[in-house]
Amino acid sequence: MNRYPLWKYLVIGVALFIAVIYTLPNFYGEVPAVQVSPVRASEKVDAAFQQRVEATLKTAGIPAQGVTLDARSVKARFADTETQIKAKDALQAGFGPGYTVALNLLPASPAWLTSMGALPMYLGLDLRGGVHFLLQVDMPKALEKSAERYQGDVRTLLREKKVRYTGIGREANQVVVKFRDAEQRDAARKEIETSYPDLVLQDGQEGEELSLTGALSKQAQVKTQEFALQQNLTTLRNRVNELGVAEPVIQQQGIDRIVVQLPGVQDTAKAKEILGRTATLEIRMVDEERMQDPAAVQAAQAGQAPFGAESYFERNGVPLLVKKDVVLTGEYITDAQPGFDSQTSQAAVHVNLDGRGGRIFKNVTRENVGKRMAILLIEKGKTEIVTAPVIREEIGGGRVQITGMDSPQEASDVALLLRAGALAAPMEIVEERTVGPSLGAENIEKGMNSTLYGFVAIMAFMSFYYRFFGFIAVLALATNMFLLVALLSMMQATLTLPGIAGIALTLGMAIDANVIIAERIREELRNGNSPQAAIFAGYDRAWDTILDSNITTLIAGIALFWLGSGPVRGFAVVLCLGILTSMFSAVTMSRALVNLTYGRAKRLTAVSI
Amino acid sequence: MIEIFNLKRDIPFMRFARSTIFFSVAAIVISVVLLATRGLNLGVDFTGGTLMEVGYAQNADIAGIRAQLAAHGHGDAQVQNFGSAREALIRLPVKAGVTSAQLSETVMVILRQADPKVELRRVEFVGPQIGKELFEDGALALLVVAAGIALYLALRFEWRMAVGAIFATAHDIFIVLGVWSFFQWEFSLTVLAAVLAILGYSVNDTVVVFDRIRENFKKTRLTDVAAIMDNAKTATLGRTVITSGTTMLMVLAMLMLGGEVLWGFALCLTIGILVGTYSSVLVASPITMWLGVSREDFIKPVKEESGAVV
Repeated sequence: MNRYPLWKYLVIGVALFIAVIYTLPNFYGEVPAVQVSPVRASEKVDAAFQQRVEATLKTAGIPAQGVTLDARSVKARFADTETQIKAKDALQAGFGPGYTVALNLLPASPAWLTSMGALPMYLGLDLRGGVHFLLQVDMPKALEKSAERYQGDVRTLLREKKVRYTGIGREANQVVVKFRDAEQRDAARKEIETSYPDLVLQDGQEGEELSLTGALSKQAQVKTQEFALQQNLTTLRNRVNELGVAEPVIQQQGIDRIVVQLPGVQDTAKAKEILGRTATLEIRMVDEERMQDPAAVQAAQAGQAPFGAESYFERNGVPLLVKKDVVLTGEYITDAQPGFDSQTSQAAVHVNLDGRGGRIFKNVTRENVGKRMAILLIEKGKTEIVTAPVIREEIGGGRVQITGMDSPQEASDVALLLRAGALAAPMEIVEERTVGPSLGAENIEKGMNSTLYGFVAIMAFMSFYYRFFGFIAVLALATNMFLLVALLSMMQATLTLPGIAGIALTLGMAIDANVIIAERIREELRNGNSPQAAIFAGYDRAWDTILDSNITTLIAGIALFWLGSGPVRGFAVVLCLGILTSMFSAVTMSRALVNLTYGRAKRLTAVSI
Repeated sequence: MIEIFNLKRDIPFMRFARSTIFFSVAAIVISVVLLATRGLNLGVDFTGGTLMEVGYAQNADIAGIRAQLAAHGHGDAQVQNFGSAREALIRLPVKAGVTSAQLSETVMVILRQADPKVELRRVEFVGPQIGKELFEDGALALLVVAAGIALYLALRFEWRMAVGAIFATAHDIFIVLGVWSFFQWEFSLTVLAAVLAILGYSVNDTVVVFDRIRENFKKTRLTDVAAIMDNAKTATLGRTVITSGTTMLMVLAMLMLGGEVLWGFALCLTIGILVGTYSSVLVASPITMWLGVSREDFIKPVKEESGAVV
């Protein structure tokens, strides 16, 4: 009665084999590597690019232990961290600012394992060191900005369609247009309704003055918020690329939050500065008329800018009066590259605008030939005029060249800022977790050690107390650990310290099934059953108990995963998987071993339990 | 066979039911009073604020760090040793209007003035809103888990057993939290994970005992509920103690070798396993018995008898 059909042994054998294969990569550790990738998404990463990396390393005389190509980057492995750092410097010098050169650690597992898709678990930030940020997007601000944009758009539209209005303003998230008579208002309503269906319009009257209030519809608000989040995600990705982090995680969390994880980053101050940089670009017209009046310029500097204008300084310290109306913002920019002016060979930035931006730019330049246009950079609450060139002709096609930079380096900086883009809405860091590399290494060691010693203690006790059955239980427990680690590796789960604690605790609890079985068999033996019958009944009766007790724990684990965050979640994943694997190892696997040992004996007189 | 628990006669656990339940209820009441008056010493995970771990080459001068921080307007900083004498833990509360994400940088600048070799080992900053959410999510998780388990037990066993199991589990959670409150140990997100693990563990333990009680009810013709329960508990006592023991081996290894970060987690589990073992034997079944469970509750659907019972 204690025999398994052949297929069961086969299934167990295959499961064990797979478990061992997928667990293996975790034992090989990691090798230092350098990763090179182009900053621009459009640039191809191909064999030629790989050759360039190899050639650069060869010229510098740095031996690489293999250069590999993947979708977005080329990775070169090195024997030690010293060579790695030398290689990084060499590659950085060889490739220049258009490329991200980052230090990385790659799994050291042999190629045949990697080719089977057997990869090690990813180490969490608490184990490898790094920074974790949770950023909250200021959605009310995003809506406000969007209303600001509509204000400009509506003004342009009404002018174009020759609808007369007496004023246009913004109240919170609403655009308010004022009219002298109802006829003009009706005309305006018609125009706005056709051009901007996202605005919900409402008539109003204040004394003699008629008004039209446009508010964003509910769907448009949702769309705006989604767009703001996406825009911020993209911007953050671009900025993190500049940081040179090997494997950054930038993800949306919930409707208004973004998680940023930068493994290996130590300089958190710099990381925060770059992430939190709120540089925005604005193009506005210089208020030429008022600039004619030196008194106005002086008053503006003293803080009394005339209505509808503001005073800022150019780089050379000359004050300029700039109109408050924003022609274009950085959001319309699709690309920005440093370069040189073809005629004067001055450093310049070539900017590409999207369709809508290009149209606006064309209109504005057509209407303002001979006037100056100011390009403002707003960073950390400080506004500076990068340049204020004279518009010589109408500029179409959305391609703009900005000159006025002092050096090619500055042009490259400005291009980077423009390219990295503006945030659609400001963000605030609401959670930060930073772990230093030494602490990370300590955490791994302590976590692993405690699991190991706990395991050894359990092994000793079980083998002593339950003899052969205890030994089988230990084998089952070891199998359980392999299965669990293999599953986590296949899922490419991130191993954290709570995760290690979860593995340890799961192993401690998983032995329960074997204890239940062994106690049951002993009881059957005491009741006078034959050894074979006792083994059979023991496993059989224990199963119900094991199932019920595990399902309740599984319920706890699933609820934890569902509601938990951070460490709780990692712990929950391990707990749930561990319960599932333990049912296989503690019951099926251990039974197979028992059956192999005792199952064939015709007259079994005693079992070692 | 090495046997610790080869008992010839059933242990009359139920005879002490009144005293064990009285003891448990008293412990719960004390815990609730402690929680109500002293409360939990919530960590930055839940209150929001900044927590920094810094390492020095020599022993950390805790008083010195405190004075330096106070001199720069951080008089509200809590500084203490952490792990070894060379490491210090600094806690800073949330300040309205100050972008606390920059706070850790400011503090490091201050500390570097006194000792340029100070190393930043860890920073945890949690905004007040996130802290509140984490706390609410944790509380919700606790309730959902309890409800889910109660429902499962009611379906698979009997509603009285579900009530008994939930009472025993709540008992464990309250006592662990009460101990945490009494010693004012820091209650962090990892400790919360441990509390939730205890929930799972305690129910697991209770279910094994209940499973045997159910089996006994189906098997015997005895009508003495207390005797049936005593028999089941005596039969499973070996398993209960040994499983708790092996789990405890693992948890103790974590407690002793796992370092400061796992210390709270392991300590919480240690207490939880002790209390959970006690409650699954001595608390859950008296409640079930007093709710009036009887043999008829298990043998009614005769046809449904599972194949497991030989």
